[in-house]
Amino acid sequence: MLDSKIPEGPLADKWTSHKNNINLVNPANKRLIDVIVVGTGLAGSSAAASLAEMGYNVKAFCFQDSPRRAHSIAAQGGINAAKNYQNDGDSVHRLFYDTIKGGDYRSREGNVHRLAEVSTSIIDQCVAQGVPFAREYGGLLDNRSFGGVQVSRTFYAKGQTGQQLLLGAYSALSRQISKGKVEMFTRHEMMDVVMVDGKCRGIIARNLVTGELERHAAHAVVLASGGYGNVFFLSTNAMGSNVSASWKAHKKGAFMANPCFTQIHPTCIPVSGEHQSKLTLMSESLRNDGRIWVPAKKEDAEAIRKGTKQAVEIAEGDRDYYLERRYPAFGNLVPRDVASRAAKERCDAGFGVNETGEAVFLDYASAIQRYGKTEGNIRGLKDPSLAEITELGKQVVKAKYGNLFDMYKQIAADDPYETPMKIYPAVHYTMGGLWVDYNLMTSVPGLYAAGEANFSDHGANRLGASALMQGLADGYFVLPYTIGDYLSQDIRTGEISSDSPEFAVAEKEVKERISHLINNNGTKPVDDFHRRLGRIMWNECGMSRSADGLKKAIEDIRALRDEFWADVRVPGTDDGFNPELDKAGRVADFLELGELMCKDALERDESCGGHFREEFQTPEGEALRDDDQFAFVSNWEFTGDPKESKLHKEELKFENIELKQRSYK
Amino acid sequence: MDLTLNVWRQNGPEDKGRMETHPVSGVSPDMSFLEMIDMLNDQIIRDGGDPVAFDHDCREGICGMCSMFINGEAHGPGRGVTTCQLHMRSFKDGDSITIEPWRASAFPVVKDLAVDRSAFDRIIQSGGYVSVNTSGETLDANAIPVPKPQADEAFSAATCIGCGACVASCKNASAMLFVSAKVSQFALLPQGQPERASRVKRMVEQMDEEGFGNCTNTGACAVECPKGIDLSNIARMNRDFLKASAEGE
Repeated sequence: MLDSKIPEGPLADKWTSHKNNINLVNPANKRLIDVIVVGTGLAGSSAAASLAEMGYNVKAFCFQDSPRRAHSIAAQGGINAAKNYQNDGDSVHRLFYDTIKGGDYRSREGNVHRLAEVSTSIIDQCVAQGVPFAREYGGLLDNRSFGGVQVSRTFYAKGQTGQQLLLGAYSALSRQISKGKVEMFTRHEMMDVVMVDGKCRGIIARNLVTGELERHAAHAVVLASGGYGNVFFLSTNAMGSNVSASWKAHKKGAFMANPCFTQIHPTCIPVSGEHQSKLTLMSESLRNDGRIWVPAKKEDAEAIRKGTKQAVEIAEGDRDYYLERRYPAFGNLVPRDVASRAAKERCDAGFGVNETGEAVFLDYASAIQRYGKTEGNIRGLKDPSLAEITELGKQVVKAKYGNLFDMYKQIAADDPYETPMKIYPAVHYTMGGLWVDYNLMTSVPGLYAAGEANFSDHGANRLGASALMQGLADGYFVLPYTIGDYLSQDIRTGEISSDSPEFAVAEKEVKERISHLINNNGTKPVDDFHRRLGRIMWNECGMSRSADGLKKAIEDIRALRDEFWADVRVPGTDDGFNPELDKAGRVADFLELGELMCKDALERDESCGGHFREEFQTPEGEALRDDDQFAFVSNWEFTGDPKESKLHKEELKFENIELKQRSYK
Repeated sequence: MDLTLNVWRQNGPEDKGRMETHPVSGVSPDMSFLEMIDMLNDQIIRDGGDPVAFDHDCREGICGMCSMFINGEAHGPGRGVTTCQLHMRSFKDGDSITIEPWRASAFPVVKDLAVDRSAFDRIIQSGGYVSVNTSGETLDANAIPVPKPQADEAFSAATCIGCGACVASCKNASAMLFVSAKVSQFALLPQGQPERASRVKRMVEQMDEEGFGNCTNTGACAVECPKGIDLSNIARMNRDFLKASAEGE
């Protein structure tokens, strides 16, 4: 029953022939069609701007006070594109191959190839919009390298690439708002999708300032509402990032695909205490130049933990650069899942370097020397002293990574120019999400998902600098074409009314749920439950998972969910600005999603990418995939309770790539 | 640490508002300022009270949503940081801390410490973009080289996070630093040239319409700006605006 609608024909021609053959909506008819876009990150802003530009009437929604605040803004390192400006052998095929391999062979060939194809247009588009990418002295665009690849294809704007790309998409969106083609609803949260005659025909939204519920009808709805990493409470996501839009869609019939595929990012600032509300990422770009190590001797690690020894006092020979040791071909630039597990392995073995024992070093000392020497040569210095070289090297590092170093200094109260940073893996991204076909339509007709909200391109592990690429590819170049195929059937439908009984019922259900939460009179704040859910998820469904742990987690989450509904306290009223109430609704959904994630992880008896089951590993501790039994996408259908969710498999066919054990050695 | 917080409470734009005092104890110096507020709110909710409303999201200094006026300074005593990046190690045990919202008539209070900054969005909508369609059918990205120093300067201007600290710090509640940062980003790049004159005029007009004050060159905005946006952007904007006005564009 699931049709992925991958076009026939050779891989490299699929997208072109699909574009040539799908139905279009003529410009006069586009004016008669309304589209709702939920979320204004890279995918949402770019989709809303592009659809409006094409002539559709767009309504865009975000829960923040401005579309520019969406969490894409925080992406640091860069965006991949197969431009081959560095002449290092890059190509569309290589980007495609790297992405499939990086995803541990759990993504669709057709979708990923399309992503690689449109990647080059993204850079052209963004430069035309005035996005200030980093440049070389000759005035041309600069590139850097990211994990899991052997070419330099990452375009960047210091450590603020997401910000610059989002502001580009926001400016395109703003232009359409000024023309009246996009109506923007800020501080609005989507509370439910509305189904009419089996099609998605609108949403119920809540004005977060006044508390009023609003009905918005449209011919199609696009969810670009991001990922669900906050189910772990502590993650690199923004505080408001949530699963609710996707989860509401799931409960109305949209399948959730591979929900257990979560990305734990290897380089984040470690947890400092119980009060912690979020974790901060240090860009993967830092692994270009930084070297990761722990002491080779346990007594040194213990001394560092106690504070009796400093990192710089450990002699070179007593350091274990474990990534370089284990993976000589890729070294510090192995993919994220591999780097994260390796850090956990060292810390679990007793080599961690902070008070909690959960941190490793990311060291810039040798990069500072290397850059310092080169810079000395460039400036024609004769026999520069060590101090001069160090100073020059620091300047180069500052120019490349200054804002990241500042950020670290601010949070950790430690100077990374002088002493190595301490880092540890943290939840960062979710590869799983709403199932979509090649047109980005979910299993619900008329309901689309774009960006991190869908599952389609990253398999079981996303490569660095590919999230920005996918968000903008979906929004600028895929959805605007593919949505026409569906909307072409709607040119005679006329305006969709929001007065129908379906809207009334949906609104009533939302109202009842809100009123339940606000009148519950429990004893514990929302965060209390969210923190406890996060702990269960991190311990049992985090970097490593086991059947026993997952079974226990499912029981614990169910008990916690019951306790939440019986004992949560939501202060204030439902007719005004009430952030606690907004949070309560989101955590209620996380409490259901968490169970489904554990169920999905339990079902998948193999290790692949970010999903590492302790029972399935090679003697060297690498992930052990089982392609005979698990080369499929797990799609979950909601049937009333996450426990009873029904599994539908989409077999993954690999016609252009040979399935291999992923090796970065 | 034990602290005394004097927090502004205001139930919507029409309410007069008042200061409210809350003691908090057991604050760790490793906490961020917002984590300390989380702690306060946890305490208020458990006591059956109404928690303090405030805007925040990314908590890593880039989304621009957090906006507290702490002890008379936008984003508090730190330099080059937003409220969410301020850590409690900047304060001492026993301190009294006064927390207010951004105060500007163009930023009406939504509730307590949260204000409405949609005026900034409307200024961008008036012209803060390059009018290209999103077809991707443009020139190759490397077709127009941009000298590195110019590209770097455009980038520096483009790092503005739109938090509004400049407005909150200015005695005239002027938005010149915010507007000039966007004007400068495009003025420095070849892509921004075709609309350079019309853009600056439209954006300045919108800024005036929103009720922001004038610039009297005190420079407080640049001192408090968490992203270090330079005052020279204002000079560039003034020059461009005069030129555009004189040319009647």
